[in-house]
Amino acid sequence: MTATTGPASLSELIPDSKRAPKVRRPFPQRILGIWALLVYAWLFAPIVVIVIFSFNDPVGKFNTSWNEFTLDNWAHPFDKPAYRDALITSLQVAFVSVLIATIVGGLMAFAQSKYNFRGKGAINILVVLPLTTPEIVMGASLFTLFFARNVGFGFTTIVIAHVLFCVSFVALTVQARMRGFDWSLEDAALDLGSTSWQAFTKVTFPLILPGVAAAALLSFALSIDDYIITSFVAGDRTTTFPMQIFNANKVEIPPQVQVLATMILIFTLGLMAIGAWRTVRSEPAGG
Amino acid sequence: MAGTANTTLKKGKKGTYGLLSPGVLWLLLFFLVPMGSLLKIALSEKPDPWLPEYDFTWHWANFSDSVDRFGTELIRSFTYAGIATILCILIGYPLAYYLAFRAGKWRSILLGLVMVPFFTSFLIRTIAWRTILGGEGPAVWVVETLHLTGITDFLHITSNGAFLNTPQAVIGGLTYNFVAFMILPIYVSLEKIDINLLDAARDLYDVPANAFRKIILPLSLPGVFAGTLLTFIPAAGDYINATLLGNVRTSMIGSQIEKLFLSESNYPAAAALSFIFMAIITAGVLLYAKVLGTEELAA
Repeated sequence: MTATTGPASLSELIPDSKRAPKVRRPFPQRILGIWALLVYAWLFAPIVVIVIFSFNDPVGKFNTSWNEFTLDNWAHPFDKPAYRDALITSLQVAFVSVLIATIVGGLMAFAQSKYNFRGKGAINILVVLPLTTPEIVMGASLFTLFFARNVGFGFTTIVIAHVLFCVSFVALTVQARMRGFDWSLEDAALDLGSTSWQAFTKVTFPLILPGVAAAALLSFALSIDDYIITSFVAGDRTTTFPMQIFNANKVEIPPQVQVLATMILIFTLGLMAIGAWRTVRSEPAGG
Repeated sequence: MAGTANTTLKKGKKGTYGLLSPGVLWLLLFFLVPMGSLLKIALSEKPDPWLPEYDFTWHWANFSDSVDRFGTELIRSFTYAGIATILCILIGYPLAYYLAFRAGKWRSILLGLVMVPFFTSFLIRTIAWRTILGGEGPAVWVVETLHLTGITDFLHITSNGAFLNTPQAVIGGLTYNFVAFMILPIYVSLEKIDINLLDAARDLYDVPANAFRKIILPLSLPGVFAGTLLTFIPAAGDYINATLLGNVRTSMIGSQIEKLFLSESNYPAAAALSFIFMAIITAGVLLYAKVLGTEELAA
């Protein structure tokens, strides 16, 4: 298998694979590669369309069929106030929700993976349940709760809902990351005279930070993209970016939609790149 | 692998519950309590069809009424989600296999690339599919230029030469939008497999297909299981794909629940329908876990 041959040179590899008893091996290998290529083409097709259409000068109100190239949309990305305000709301919701969910979920994951205690299994089920509940049911149940209690729908109710689905997600991701974590490292720090707070901040936290950061990033993506639950708890006066697009898509799809989507994509790609760069940089030091 | 955890867990101190309480409280207050209030409303009666009010009367008939009224949508939702999930396995498993065993040093970059499309808005991606599949889009153009309409109709990829506003488009959209949730868990379970085990399997079985069937496939089943849950459940409840890519005859259960709640304000009927939907999903998950569990033992 190529993965195990390591730094074998090409000239070494070719006669070797020819001499191998199973001559068929390279063929399925190539099929898998071609399949992967096709899947990536399929995954990226709509993304390419979005980026291309952010440079389109549409005829009429729907930027869904190609007319001609323009840079106008990129020069005026915030010209549609409804979309701009909705995007700002979405960013605020995502920021607040992810912050709360990461802290709350991270603490849960920490306790779940470090300690044995009564009720651990029940809490595990409680954490998993929101992820196996269809969004529509979760949205509906929160709607009935807020409606029955006369809670005003708006920013706060959206944040409550977003924290709910993010917290389970963060807790499970971080917990998976901490599985098999060597807690004796913390004991070693304690033996060396650090306080338990120091042991946590200097030893444990830096080791679990990549997992926490990845969970936060993915929660951010979940939050900023959510439509179904949000539409149930948003009320009439608060509109998030996905809601604005969905509610208006029968009336208009202005090119700013594609421009803002491309911006979000570039922004998240940037975050991912920073994350990748940080882990690459910290790996030699950590290992 | 997982069994070789190096330290035994510490016994919890008083502080443990302190760490847990914010999360547990949040989940109790905003997940379990709302589920309770949803159940209560599902058993309530709506005396006046024009007012959003309701009285709690143990009105079990709501459940049978909603099955009678929305049976078609329920069956349709589970059919579409089921087909989409199978497609996700067929598309995602080979890719996950490629990433885990064949991608070499490109592995982490290629894995990241799987996630990238999902950082663009779900809705905008689906609208982009409208452009691709629409009457003036590239998909129809290719099929018509190559005179393949008869063949694609025969294969049920198109309906009368159209891609858009068909059940096929809805299923395609569901597959596209949830496939990452299939690829990632399968990848994780494949990646855990010890490379020595692969060599041993190859020595043991002279046909590579046997090595795959007897060793790799059983070890990756937990990933397939997790992926199926993560794909099937959201796909069954989704109504964005059905609304944007389908027609009036592809409406799914989610849009019916949404309409009952937010347009008709018929909360008892909507709550009952939500519960039936969730009950079927829970039963399906348990059954699936059982079937997959026994297969795992037999293999």
